[in-house]
Amino acid sequence: MPEIRVTPLGAGQDVGRSCILVSIAGKNVMLDCGMHMGFNDDRRFPDFSYITQNGRLTDFLDCVIISHFHLDHCGALPYFSEMVGYDGPIYMTPPTQAICPILLEDYRKIAVDKKGEANFFTSQMIKDCMKKVVAVHLHQTVQVDDELEIKAYYAGHVLGAAMFQIKVGSESVVYTGDYNMTPDRHLGAAWIDRCRPNLLITESTYATTIRDSKRCRERDFLKKVHETVERGGKVLIPVFALGRAQELCILLETFWERMNLKAPIYFSTGLTEKANHYYKLFITWTNQKIRKTFVQRNMFEFKHIKAFDRAFADNPGPMVVFATPGMLHAGQSLQIFRKWAGNEKNMVIMPGYCVQGTVGHKILSGQRKLEMEGRQVLEVKMQVEYMSFSAHADAKGIMQLIGQAEPEHVLLVHGEAKKMEFLKQKIEQEFRVNCYMPANGETVTLPTSPSIPVGISLGLLKREMAQGLLPDAKKPRLLQGTLIMKDSNFRLVSSEQALKELGLAEHQLRFTCRVHLHDARKEQETVMRVYSHLKSILKDHCVQHLPDGSVTVESILIQAAAHSEDPGTKVLLVSWTYQDEELGSYLTSLLKKGLPQAPS
Amino acid sequence: MAAHLKKRVYEEFTKVVQQQEEITAKKLRLTKPSKSAALHIDLCKATSPADALQYLLQFARKPVEAESVEGVVRILLEHYYKENDASVRLKIASLLGLLSKTSGFSPDCIMDDAINILQNEKSHQVLAQLLDTLLAIGTKLPENQAIQMRLVDVACKHLTDTSHGVRNKCLQLLGNLGSLEKSGTKDTEGLATRDVQKIIGDYFSDQDPRVRTAAIKAMLQLHERGLKLQQTIYNQACKLLSDDYEQVRSAAVQLIWVVSQLYPESIVPIPSSNEEIRLVDDAFGKICHMVSDGSWVVRVQAAKLLGSMEQVSSHFLEQTLDKKLMSDLRRKRTAHERAKELYSSGEFSSGRKWGDDAPKEEIDTGAVNLIESGACGAFVHGLEDEMYEVRIAAVEALCMLAQSSPSFAEKCLDFLVDMFNDEIEEVRLQSIHTMRKISNNITLREDQLDTVLAVLEDSSRDIREALHELLCCTNVSTKEGIHLALVELLKNLTKYPTDRDSIWKCLKFLGSRHPTLVLPLVPELLSTHPFFDTAEPDMDDPAYIAVLVLIFNAAKTCPTMPALFSDHTFRHYAYLRDSLSHLVPALRLPGRKLVSSAVSPNIMPHEDPSQQFLQQSLERVYSLQHLDPQGTQELLEFTIRDLQRLGELQSELAGVADFSATYLQCQLLLIKALQEKLWNVAAPLYLKQSDLASAAAKQIMEETYKMEFMYSGVENKQVVIIHHMRLQAKALQLIVTARTTRGVDPLFGMCEKFLQEVDFFQRCFIADLPHLQDSFVDKLLDLMPRLMTSKPAEVVKILQTMLRQSTFLHLPLPEQIHKASATIIEPAGESDNPLRFTSGLVVALDVDATLEHVQDPQSTVKIQVLYPDGQAQMIHPKPADFRNPGPGRHRLITQVYLSHTAWTEPCQVEVRLLLAYNSNARIPKSPWIEGGEVSPQVETSIEGTIPFSKPVKVYIMPKPARR
Repeated sequence: MPEIRVTPLGAGQDVGRSCILVSIAGKNVMLDCGMHMGFNDDRRFPDFSYITQNGRLTDFLDCVIISHFHLDHCGALPYFSEMVGYDGPIYMTPPTQAICPILLEDYRKIAVDKKGEANFFTSQMIKDCMKKVVAVHLHQTVQVDDELEIKAYYAGHVLGAAMFQIKVGSESVVYTGDYNMTPDRHLGAAWIDRCRPNLLITESTYATTIRDSKRCRERDFLKKVHETVERGGKVLIPVFALGRAQELCILLETFWERMNLKAPIYFSTGLTEKANHYYKLFITWTNQKIRKTFVQRNMFEFKHIKAFDRAFADNPGPMVVFATPGMLHAGQSLQIFRKWAGNEKNMVIMPGYCVQGTVGHKILSGQRKLEMEGRQVLEVKMQVEYMSFSAHADAKGIMQLIGQAEPEHVLLVHGEAKKMEFLKQKIEQEFRVNCYMPANGETVTLPTSPSIPVGISLGLLKREMAQGLLPDAKKPRLLQGTLIMKDSNFRLVSSEQALKELGLAEHQLRFTCRVHLHDARKEQETVMRVYSHLKSILKDHCVQHLPDGSVTVESILIQAAAHSEDPGTKVLLVSWTYQDEELGSYLTSLLKKGLPQAPS
Repeated sequence: MAAHLKKRVYEEFTKVVQQQEEITAKKLRLTKPSKSAALHIDLCKATSPADALQYLLQFARKPVEAESVEGVVRILLEHYYKENDASVRLKIASLLGLLSKTSGFSPDCIMDDAINILQNEKSHQVLAQLLDTLLAIGTKLPENQAIQMRLVDVACKHLTDTSHGVRNKCLQLLGNLGSLEKSGTKDTEGLATRDVQKIIGDYFSDQDPRVRTAAIKAMLQLHERGLKLQQTIYNQACKLLSDDYEQVRSAAVQLIWVVSQLYPESIVPIPSSNEEIRLVDDAFGKICHMVSDGSWVVRVQAAKLLGSMEQVSSHFLEQTLDKKLMSDLRRKRTAHERAKELYSSGEFSSGRKWGDDAPKEEIDTGAVNLIESGACGAFVHGLEDEMYEVRIAAVEALCMLAQSSPSFAEKCLDFLVDMFNDEIEEVRLQSIHTMRKISNNITLREDQLDTVLAVLEDSSRDIREALHELLCCTNVSTKEGIHLALVELLKNLTKYPTDRDSIWKCLKFLGSRHPTLVLPLVPELLSTHPFFDTAEPDMDDPAYIAVLVLIFNAAKTCPTMPALFSDHTFRHYAYLRDSLSHLVPALRLPGRKLVSSAVSPNIMPHEDPSQQFLQQSLERVYSLQHLDPQGTQELLEFTIRDLQRLGELQSELAGVADFSATYLQCQLLLIKALQEKLWNVAAPLYLKQSDLASAAAKQIMEETYKMEFMYSGVENKQVVIIHHMRLQAKALQLIVTARTTRGVDPLFGMCEKFLQEVDFFQRCFIADLPHLQDSFVDKLLDLMPRLMTSKPAEVVKILQTMLRQSTFLHLPLPEQIHKASATIIEPAGESDNPLRFTSGLVVALDVDATLEHVQDPQSTVKIQVLYPDGQAQMIHPKPADFRNPGPGRHRLITQVYLSHTAWTEPCQVEVRLLLAYNSNARIPKSPWIEGGEVSPQVETSIEGTIPFSKPVKVYIMPKPARR
């Protein structure tokens, strides 16, 4: 029995460390290879020993697919390919391929240089790992080997994020990665065609949320920034370097342009500048507006946003500063925050979620006096705002995507178990498809019934078409031919051709059947009655009465003879060839029922 | 062969001639060889299919006259039978279709042949093309029932074809020609009537998506032709909504819309429940669902159609704006709801706390429906769509629905306001316009007003002006709202001073709409104090004027308000009432008898005296025929001055006044020229003085062109007078030339030309000649026979006397006349920073201008750039650069490319707008022109340009290129 097996090594009923193993028609594919942000021990990487205890992974995996550059989707890649050992192809989109190594390098630096971890992957390993990467463009079908092919679809979420369709023969699986069904200021919405996969593996971060219109959020954000700047205050926006930061930049940039504002906007340098460069390059991956206007001006070539210098923080007058990191726990954003916190004219806007224990979390929960290192107490007088900009599909978006793709089964990953439960129930109820939500290490097995293609000879098909009336999609039609299985492919040909090909002589197969009929009349009359009876029933067949006293229906011959013993019984001899089996058996059953009582 | 050919050719000729004799007595045109003969010869010459194809292609480029179509068709058919190559047959088939469309040709004669060849054709492509030809024939003969039935029959027969192209065309044929009426069958015995809808409906489930689309389109075509579609197709169409192909879905959406408009009230069951709803509601729900389709083409289609479904029940309609929010399975309120709540609880603008939007009550998990079959949130999705096409369609639909339902208008307000922040300007503009259209149904809340006003800072002028217009007709609920609006508008004014007029106008309406809300604000706005006198504000400050405009307009309907004014306010009122009378209404000021008595009587009949004055002064001029030359001149000068003043003061009469003044000016010039001394003295002596006369002639010509083309609303009556004046100027020119040039030779030409023009004038305005009695031209025409035969010197002499004797023609005033004018807003000029660019390359200069009363600006308005070296460049703006913000008004926003060789110093170029004219356009077409071979080209097509805006200077500096 053919089947598809799915085992999440990470992201099963959990967020982070995305890594899902899929075996489909004998091919093994690994989807994403991420790290977990919550752990600093072995648990941060997926347990690759599940795949094989000893021996190289290359022998067990046909390919690895990375959906986008977030570390929880690609963070374990160098460890996996260089330290555990994998030499097969790694597929990702060109923007992911470009940005991924920057983030990995950054991650490595923090882990090794700051935290002083040993036995971590090195810069060289990142480079070696990236050499194994094969780029996949949107809607491009890549043949991994003779049977396995993958295809990328646009997913929104971040620059270069993609959904992947993995297909072997007629069986297919779609993995969404992270995606966003509502467009934002710099990326479009995820889209997939009606590919009807056997299985759709979808993220479910916001399984129980239906979000408000993004316009209100944007408007609020702009209004707050604008008001503060007009008052002469300074605005601090702590961000992570990639993703949301670019969206907010575009938002502010266009607003500044529209409203003719003059206050400076700064962006902390480093990582971001490199990333911005890639945003400029991969313009085809952005949304309609940016794609259409980049000929006049590339939206990522910011006019109003300049690089930040440490000294600028003390400048008088209004300004807006984007600074990393996003949770105000260290680095430049915290430095600026300390400088500006004392003035009530200033404002800090947190555009995302903050982990407990960070300064960001503290001020968001309303704390006004912060203890800094060295027993200093910092009084926060500046305004604190929270603004959620997140690029995952909400429950409605997930349902919309399922509706678009029309899968046979759905599997939920990348979300919390409790929330998944709700969505699972909804999916099963509304689409009437099976839905699964395996935990890490748990395997889901789906039986499939792959269709087997059979070639039909054109002559046969045309002959059949000519015979019948209209081809009607709703009614199945019977077609006679010979199935030839040769060299692991199937062909349906006409019997003559099959005989010719196989060098066989044709044998006639004829069925004959005797039907006893109680009829006291003469044979001739019986034949006439049979003839008129059949004529009245088989209106669309050719029923003939031959001069030699027999009746033919198409090619079926019916003859009548008196019973040797009982003259009251007539014996009808019905004879038909193998080809007319259907009609022949129908006729006999018809005759066996007897003739209708003739009006005497 | 040759003999046959000859015969053929002759046959053609005879046929053509015969037909003509039968029909009309038209001229015989035997000069050209018959088309069909030429084609026949060509086709016989062709040796290969490729050759034949070439000939056919060449042939297709030229039009064929109606009378020779049949011959050509016969030739083509003959070749068709012989031809083996499918591509040639295809071309012939398409040519047949083209030819049968020729007007004046009745294609029923070729139908039999076309059907005949159809039966023997094997190639699917040719078949499809032939069916297309039949379609052309069928549509040409809509009356002939028998033919239609026959064609439908043919189409039905070929519906079973294996090729999608053929099936497509068959369905198209059915859609265009099929009918339901049984009555038509009587005269077409033998052909059974077919249920066309049933046949087409069967192809909704065809295997080929293109055929499915064609079937739906055919059904829509039936509807368009006025056949009533059956309700049964509704269910079929609904199934097609989940088709795999976007074009099928898109067409299906249309079909569902059509059915829902046909049977809005019939009841359909809801699947999987026992309930039933109205069909229009069901269809609305289904179309709403398509707003979140995978293909944007379908989304646009669906969003557009939603707008026209006005019969839908209100609760369905309101669902489209409803998206049940939740977070972690708990009900969450939308930002809109929160804003509303904050507003109603009296606490405005909070949202400082994290978790302000924290979800409240738990949701029953069973009750949440994630993909509603209904209309839920359709517009929320549509307005958030990635493609701006969809967003615009959604905004338009919102607008249409809101116009028909006030309660919906109130609800969609929040969403429209949100669209003011869209990333694409077009969408923003569209939503502002939409809001304006529905503004009588709505009242803006303060927080909404806040968002609306924030857009006032937009750098796009279009947006700001649209917003001003919106504010003109908005209802504001509180006095804080009015204050807020005023403050923002003043901010806008300081930021963009060019918006001044628009802002004043906006405040005028704002004030007159909300007198009671303005009243409590007056002391604050005028900064008056109960005890102390405050400083008198600067009267020329646009912001102060803006405030006064608001207050005075509010005071019009609020009699208690003037009591709050301080002394200087009254003075300012009097001043503004005079200087900006269109913005400041007449007020009844009880305490101030002096002011009111001076002003109020003047107000009501204000139009009449100036109108009267205008009439009187014109009468005066016209009545004075026989004053001494000196007196006439003085009177004319005074009148011209008066009229020009009047035009400046009274904008409604500006057109008439200017128009008349220009005419008088022409007359004055003519009189002056004729007073010249040179006429009395021997010709050769006064070479120099003649300058004045010829200059006058030239100026009159210019002015007449201005009169003819710069005013909208000029009627034929005036055109005659203008042309007459021009004729006089030409006569003057001729005389002056005669006097100043030696020798007769050049005069010959001039005389002839002049006489031609007279002739032309006569022919053009023959109907108006009776009105021109005693005029120059009248006399001229009397003497025409004599002039034709006389020598130039004599002609000149006659002309001279006639010019002196001719009377001054009365110019009838048109009803509505407006002078075309243009103002260049940008470039503003006077910039000290030169525009630097590398010589040899181009620099783009943004030009923004408003045009008033220009007819057809796309073809007439040009931009001229004058370089300091005298070089002039004419630029034709693209038609898309013109916008039409209101009747009679146009806005030109374009880019002008400048380029020049390197300069050493920055220098100024002049940019101005020109009005191009072509005298051909205005002259009424008389019948002889159509058949005319000898139209005098000299007169008819004089083209030229009139500058009609003040030139603007732009400082530029082409730098030498760096090597």
